[in-house]
Amino acid sequence: MMNNFWENYWAVLPKLVGGAEYTIKITIIAVIIGIIIGMLMALAKMSKHLWLKIPANIYIECLRGTPLFVQIFLFHYGVSSLIKEFIGQPFSFQIMTTAIVVCGLNSGAYVAEIFRAGIQSVDKGQMEAARSLGMSHTKAMFYVVLPQAVKQAIPPLGNEFVVLLKDTSLLSAIGLTEIFQAGKIYTSVHMAPFPTYLGVATVYLALTFVITRFVNWTERKISAGDSHRRPKKAKASRKGV
Amino acid sequence: MIEIKNLHKSFGHLEVLKGVTETIAEKEIVSVIGPSGSGKSTFLRCINLLEEPTCGEIVINGESITDKSHNVNKMRENLGMVFQRFNLFPHMTVMDNITLAPRKVKGMGKSEAENIGLQLLQKVGLAEKANVYPNTLSGGQQQRVAIARALAMQPKIMLFDEPTSALDPEMVGEVLNVIRDLTKEGMTMIIVTHEMGFAREVSDRVFFMDEGIVMEQGKPADLFSKPQLKRTQDFLAKVL
Repeated sequence: MMNNFWENYWAVLPKLVGGAEYTIKITIIAVIIGIIIGMLMALAKMSKHLWLKIPANIYIECLRGTPLFVQIFLFHYGVSSLIKEFIGQPFSFQIMTTAIVVCGLNSGAYVAEIFRAGIQSVDKGQMEAARSLGMSHTKAMFYVVLPQAVKQAIPPLGNEFVVLLKDTSLLSAIGLTEIFQAGKIYTSVHMAPFPTYLGVATVYLALTFVITRFVNWTERKISAGDSHRRPKKAKASRKGV
Repeated sequence: MIEIKNLHKSFGHLEVLKGVTETIAEKEIVSVIGPSGSGKSTFLRCINLLEEPTCGEIVINGESITDKSHNVNKMRENLGMVFQRFNLFPHMTVMDNITLAPRKVKGMGKSEAENIGLQLLQKVGLAEKANVYPNTLSGGQQQRVAIARALAMQPKIMLFDEPTSALDPEMVGEVLNVIRDLTKEGMTMIIVTHEMGFAREVSDRVFFMDEGIVMEQGKPADLFSKPQLKRTQDFLAKVL
């Protein structure tokens, strides 16, 4: 029995690593899209112009208020059938297209809230000081507020990165052979659910572990100026200035 | 140089400024004193539009800055401000704090801006701190950097919003010394302060504010020695 376990465990891992390629690719692209959309949406939501604020609010509410699982189906089957009717020809999205669009848009909504919280955590005296020096709102935001906001946002961004990576497993439902789906295929042939799904969990854990280390490292790098938080790092970085 | 006409400011239902009308001449040094909540800081913050007046007009060098079409950013280049809580940019070195606005607003080159920055740091006695981050400095040092930062835009007018109120007592002197030196350079200055001795020493005129208006004003010798109003006498009796 145990022999069989390890045999299956080691046999399934290479297949899972093949699936991990999709998982990683989708996560990285979706995170980049999410950060870009998220930053724009955070600024739009905080804008005083209603024509920016209202659409941003609707976007954030809708994507955070519905399950990613439903969004995947809504886009992959729903939107594609709508397009099919509209152009009067057979039409479907490639699975990777759906994966990247839906994960990117979904993470954009969460990242928007992270950036908004980060921007609001910056003392309002910072904006005032910048404005009092004659800087425009945009310049003050870009040079003074955002660098501090982004620093605040790194830990929750890392968290969002991890959640997104795990949520890509939902894409198995539309037939993407990512980690989870690769495991399901393996065990449907070899009838070994325990070693297979333990293998699946191992691969996810390995990936999220790498991400959290990377986030911690980034956080340390970026907070080099904060000597009250990390005295040694700050001193080292000053030497380089 | 600065004309303030019937300035009102409300926050919600709370009316903080209830009609201030004053004229401040070029190169004049005005101290604003008064109890907490009297509207001193709000008055100062209205002058560079950090607070938007509810009604009234402010004219600086003949230009109505409360006019909606007025370029606020351009106006602020001429109006340096020093805050109670310093508000230095914590993610930048002292030098970058000072050179940011000259470079990004005036488009000055890095080396030119740093030359000016170094001169200003020498003026406030902190030339050796150019490359450190603000949070390694004492409160008094931070406020001196903040003064240098405001001066870097070469403003004609300086506004000080209780510049020593957030400082430990032993650091008040070093900041006042820097401000005192500036008063000799012929800038127009408005100083909101609780340092009565300092106000008396450096000011051309002192405003006593209470309940949202300038209740009494005059030359420091007159206002401090023989205040006319009961309210002013009571206040001075408490603080002197």
